Amino acid sequence: MKIGKQTIKLQNTPKILETSSAVGPKEGSGPLGIYFDIKCSDVFYGEKTFEKAETMFMKSAIDNLLYKLNLKDDKIDYIFAGDLLNQCIATGYCMRELQIPFFGLYGACSTFVESLILSSLFVNSGYGDKVIAAASSHYCSAERQFRLPLEHGNQKSPTAQYTVTGCGAALVVPHSFGKKVPSVTYVTPGRIIDMGIKDMSNMGAAMAPAAFDTIITHLKDTERTPEYYDAIITGDLGKEGTDILIDLCRDYGVDISKVHRDCGKEIFNLNDRDVNAGGSGCGCIATVFSSFFYQELKEKRLNKILLVATGALMSPISIGQGESIPSIAHAIAIENEV
Amino acid sequence: MEYDKIKMTEKEYSEYVEGKAKKSPLFKNIAFAFVTGGFICIIGQIISNICISYDIEAKDASTISVVSLIFLGAFLTSINLYSKIGKYAGAGSVIPITGFSNSIVAPAIEYKSEGYILGLGSNMFKIAGPVLVYSIFSSFIVGFIYWLILLVK
Amino acid sequence: MLMEYLKVFITGGIICSIGQVLIDKTKLTPARILVIFVVLGVIFTAIGIYKPIVDFGKAGATVPISGFGYSLANGVMEAVKEKGFMGIFTGGVTATSAGITAAIVFGYLGALVAKPKVK
Repeated sequence: MKIGKQTIKLQNTPKILETSSAVGPKEGSGPLGIYFDIKCSDVFYGEKTFEKAETMFMKSAIDNLLYKLNLKDDKIDYIFAGDLLNQCIATGYCMRELQIPFFGLYGACSTFVESLILSSLFVNSGYGDKVIAAASSHYCSAERQFRLPLEHGNQKSPTAQYTVTGCGAALVVPHSFGKKVPSVTYVTPGRIIDMGIKDMSNMGAAMAPAAFDTIITHLKDTERTPEYYDAIITGDLGKEGTDILIDLCRDYGVDISKVHRDCGKEIFNLNDRDVNAGGSGCGCIATVFSSFFYQELKEKRLNKILLVATGALMSPISIGQGESIPSIAHAIAIENEV
Repeated sequence: MEYDKIKMTEKEYSEYVEGKAKKSPLFKNIAFAFVTGGFICIIGQIISNICISYDIEAKDASTISVVSLIFLGAFLTSINLYSKIGKYAGAGSVIPITGFSNSIVAPAIEYKSEGYILGLGSNMFKIAGPVLVYSIFSSFIVGFIYWLILLVK
Repeated sequence: MLMEYLKVFITGGIICSIGQVLIDKTKLTPARILVIFVVLGVIFTAIGIYKPIVDFGKAGATVPISGFGYSLANGVMEAVKEKGFMGIFTGGVTATSAGITAAIVFGYLGALVAKPKVK
């Protein structure tokens, strides 16, 4: 049922039955290392190319999810998934191995929440009772596509971010599938916001206005305040983007500073020179939610969260042509049953 | 574009972001660039001087020095060391001629997976290509103007 | 001789520092900065102000990419003096032929043997 301007109330409150995550060495040895299911010490996952490696990270996250639930892939109704690469080839080639009816998505770094929203709406409407949402990214394949070659002796700006190598996946099921696992209550799809930022090495500044727009819309539509949530979690605004988001909210009269957290700031040690402003990529929010925050919800240290993933929808071509960076943010409210 | 919730114009937002953005440690970066760049130039001078001491003509000595540095840049890139230097040295690794060969080897390594001709071959000049295009083009213009001047004299 | 190396160090250092200021203060990418330096090398040589820097700093002025522009400009001007019109086409690339060939050969070989790795 649609409420307010953009939000949908999921009256049948589907549940997130289980999650799974597979990450690379830098993430595995970072502050959240102990929470990830699979930590591969080889960023190539034994493959010859970056793109095949990313496919392997996604496949192992999904295989692990099925293993945890003792399910085979032919029992899954649908899968919504995507990645950062052109034509989403990491995802497409992964789905070639899994015979699950597949919806490929591109939302840049917002893909995971976009796929979780669509999975939840499908289950809520009775179109399926086992729907997987997944998203991945890979540092090497992302650098190759969007920035400069790895071996080039260049210096990154302090506002630049480090693409996470990893995949997070979650299984959404109907409410009646029992157990006391977190439910999806509301979803707020975002609209594209572009404040004219052209600097690809300051994506936090490009995406913060989109996060602000979606969070405020969600709060207004649901008539909730930030204090309702134990945490409002953004995907990869990083240090710069976080400060800007909090300022924008404050100027509007809303204070989210006490509950705001950012996956990009938590997945890596921010003192690491390579990381600069924090982690980014589809895999950032996908892996951090599918490990750390899901566990926090299951163990009731957090009971009500608003997960907000932001994506920057530019390409190297549009940047080369002098265009600015249009961004989007999708929000999903995940709460423990009382 | 105007959005109903954001009260700043694009220009104001841009200025606000500039003010907020963490600045690079300029003086520290300049110091590292200065030292690395200066050091690479000294290596070039040493090679040149060694050649001259073997009675090689100054012009050839200079050529040998340039070729050696190009080799050095390519070699350090192929053993994954040049990018580690560049992280700290910044312009000190980009500006010397070693940076030129680094910019040729670096993309070629990544695109090898797409084959030797179309992958490696066509991506070698992804970054260095403009350098050749614009420098040769401007030397053509210089030559043309110089020729005209000589004609008039 | 120490004096010579000091001049080399200072000249090379200053040229690279100017590049660093461009990296930190502007949004220019490395490719654009290289183009600016090399074209300025050509122009400054043509108007006669780069030669004094080379005389003072030697390798400190010829090793940076602007030195490539210096070789190009000198090459083309000498060729025009000797051969006239054809020199406009032959002079620049001939003077820098060793550098260009080395860049292609060592670039190709370096890429052949290397394996991509993460920072």
